[in-house]
Amino acid sequence: MNLDSNIPEGPLADKWSNHKFKMKLVNPANRRKYNVIVVGSGLAGGAAAASLAEQGYSVSCFCYQDSPRRAHSIAAQGGINATKNYQNDGDSVRRLFYDTVKGGDYRAREANVYRLAEVSSDIIDQCVAQGVPFAREYGGMLANRSFGGAQVSRTFYARGQTGQQLLLGAYSALSKQIGLGKVKMYNRHEMLDVVKVEGHAKGVIVRNMVTGEVSRHAADAVVMATGGYGNVFFLSTNAQGCNVSAAYRAYKRGAGFANPCYTQIHPTCIPVHGDQQSKLTLMSESLRNDGRVWAPKSAEAAEQIREGTLDPNTVVEQERDYFLERKYPSFGNLAPRDISSRAAKEVCDEGRGVASSGLGVFLDFRDAIARDGQPAIAERYGNLFDMYQCITGADPYSTPMMIFPAVHYTMGGLWVDYNLQSSIPGMFVGGEANFSDHGANRLGASALMQGLADGYFVLPYTVGNYLAEEGIAAAGTVTTEHPAFAAVEAEVQGRIETLLSVNGTESPRSFHKRLGQIIWDKCGMARDKDGLTGAIEEIQALRKEFWANVRVVGDARSLNPELERAGRVADFLEFGELLCRDALMREESCGGHFRVEHQTSEGEAKRDDEDFTFVGVWEYKGDDVDPELHKEDLVYEEVKLATRSYK
Amino acid sequence: MKLTLKVWRQKNSQSQGKFVEYQLDDISAGSSFLEMLDILSEQQVANGEEPVAFDHDCREGICGSCSLTINGIPHGPENGTTACQLHMRHFHDGQTITIEPWRAAPFPVIKDLITDRTAFDRIIQSGGFITARAGTAVDANSSPIAKGTADYAMDAAACIGCGACVAACPNASAMLFTAAKVSHLNSLPQGKPEKDRRALAMVSTMDGEGFGGCTNIGECEAACPKSISLDMIAQLNRDYTTAKVKDFFYLVP
Repeated sequence: MNLDSNIPEGPLADKWSNHKFKMKLVNPANRRKYNVIVVGSGLAGGAAAASLAEQGYSVSCFCYQDSPRRAHSIAAQGGINATKNYQNDGDSVRRLFYDTVKGGDYRAREANVYRLAEVSSDIIDQCVAQGVPFAREYGGMLANRSFGGAQVSRTFYARGQTGQQLLLGAYSALSKQIGLGKVKMYNRHEMLDVVKVEGHAKGVIVRNMVTGEVSRHAADAVVMATGGYGNVFFLSTNAQGCNVSAAYRAYKRGAGFANPCYTQIHPTCIPVHGDQQSKLTLMSESLRNDGRVWAPKSAEAAEQIREGTLDPNTVVEQERDYFLERKYPSFGNLAPRDISSRAAKEVCDEGRGVASSGLGVFLDFRDAIARDGQPAIAERYGNLFDMYQCITGADPYSTPMMIFPAVHYTMGGLWVDYNLQSSIPGMFVGGEANFSDHGANRLGASALMQGLADGYFVLPYTVGNYLAEEGIAAAGTVTTEHPAFAAVEAEVQGRIETLLSVNGTESPRSFHKRLGQIIWDKCGMARDKDGLTGAIEEIQALRKEFWANVRVVGDARSLNPELERAGRVADFLEFGELLCRDALMREESCGGHFRVEHQTSEGEAKRDDEDFTFVGVWEYKGDDVDPELHKEDLVYEEVKLATRSYK
Repeated sequence: MKLTLKVWRQKNSQSQGKFVEYQLDDISAGSSFLEMLDILSEQQVANGEEPVAFDHDCREGICGSCSLTINGIPHGPENGTTACQLHMRHFHDGQTITIEPWRAAPFPVIKDLITDRTAFDRIIQSGGFITARAGTAVDANSSPIAKGTADYAMDAAACIGCGACVAACPNASAMLFTAAKVSHLNSLPQGKPEKDRRALAMVSTMDGEGFGGCTNIGECEAACPKSISLDMIAQLNRDYTTAKVKDFFYLVP
């Protein structure tokens, strides 16, 4: 597997501008002759489809939702980082770059991160020009707030709905191109496989989720912006439809899958309420600007709170353990996500957890309300408080919120080079679906930044460069008549028929739930060798059981949510094993990957830079063969590797 | 709690639909409305029947997928709440709950509780955007926007495009949806150059899609899960009238 990262020569700060100049261009009149497929319509996909169409390419865009406006980027709450330094508090491209590399626990590729920091300012300009209603100060200038892992205020926001507003910006740009006929939009279509012709990605096989029709689509390049795989855990903050299938299908066709074990457990989610639960709800990290995280000092008090015999408001100051402020005084409640999550888990492991399950800690606004007044707090977080009350029935203005970590984001993804091209030439990957920028842990408000950076500012250049290199003579020459399309379509059809013909007794959802439980228990916030080895065996057995006993009702030629779910769960059942294998291979703790065997005496993550400063990239070798591990060594020229400290 | 559900079942857009009754035992008060439907689905799969199909995705009230009329009210009895954020504690043991799809001609039923809302996308495609090519924008702070204006734009932009306004309106009017987008973009300085074109094009598309006219009933505002105000419709009417007059004198670019 070729893992040349194609990082441009020259000093870090000049790489992107030099590279842009060296890239080949396609003559505006020739661009319409090239077809580009974009799978996914979130921030990365929507922005890429709109921008490529603006440049003049013929774009087809696919999404599984009933409208491109509903991609899960819409649910991001807190904000988007950018190096504007409007607050005059010392921010710069270099500082955002440094914070991101450090936040990622030194497992991200320097050149990509630097580019991300470099274009972050342009993103804000672009979004404001599109009419994104970011929060403003009374003087009319843009407002900022702070997020975890940074000591500057660089986060732009639109109330608690920043993702929604940014996505609606990208969606409006995309809609304009659809209206002009430059983008052909396919709603309610699910990508089921990728088609390669002479080693290059030249199309996809999709299923129309309304009619059940399976169809072929050819193109000169394919952009995958298909999101993350957090739903492998069953319970996560992801939308119900989020899945790994598109990325996993690409992996099975030869794309390397990088760092699948880097999963982010977000510290501030609403605790699990019971076994009927279908998803977890995030409470934005921005709440930690004003909320203080605590648990009772004594396990007895915690038990009384769980039983409802003790009101948390009556617990006196000396009996409260503000554990983030205690352990990480300089970052306090704004310690990065991985660190805050583990700290909460430790507290609960000691029996000091609250919520009925004992899996929860407090996020308390009492002091902020006393300091700034309730109206000020309502102005900042009103919609989040309402959402919390709506779900739990408790009023966070008068009683502390309860939170617990939940699976939220996946840093791993399809391997890409500096051009965001996967190891399959002609296949580009953007947004959460790729692995590139966040290392082993993503900082808050960086996902929106990365999705839009990829979509607006990177892919429109690098996809054009690939097309130019392929040459105008090649434009539009591969059609769906090519035998490769028929072959892949037959495989896709065969798989659908197999799923429908098992005719067992257990529902796809039930298998999904069982898989999620294994992965959460053995490959969640803490992982060890025995657990992972056991998990791999359990997943293999569960997979066998699935194919022998799954029950998929309905048929293939109509709208059938059970069939859709079954296909996604089948892929999760294979992918879950890969996730555990990667976690087993990585004998160190870094970012969101915490191996119990590798911790300091204080219980902090212990990296092994000597042996593990690399990207773990897995190559598919066959259904009954172990995947092969390849390594892309990470070379740090600018940043000095150091123990990550937020104390 | 135990519940009786009366659910609209319809095989596809061509067939006739009907209400079918289901019994559910043991629903926890902490579950969401959609989790209750998940349990119904599992029960149906166990019986070998096709589960009730319904649109849903984020389950946190922001994607706008869910579209259930619950006991005659789009998104159910709680104000400012999507069906996915509605929790079973608002219902009582032994209750009968009726669940229907959005009822509006421009939103044809695809299956059971799922409707086709692509008419909304087409309204946006005709003018619900500000033309701004990626990579050409000026500095974001070069044009200050008064906080009040930004807040007003945000109030309008909070629309999630679910279609409850249409489902609640006796005329199946899409005025609140269209007005929210027009008010959001027209109120901002960046949106001014395309202001008149936008109002004319979006209203024309909305009418062409078969949505009814607005007769100021206000059901849309009451049903809106994001509490978008009727004021937006007043704003749209102003913008549309101005644009229409200008258009008469060939003044719309």
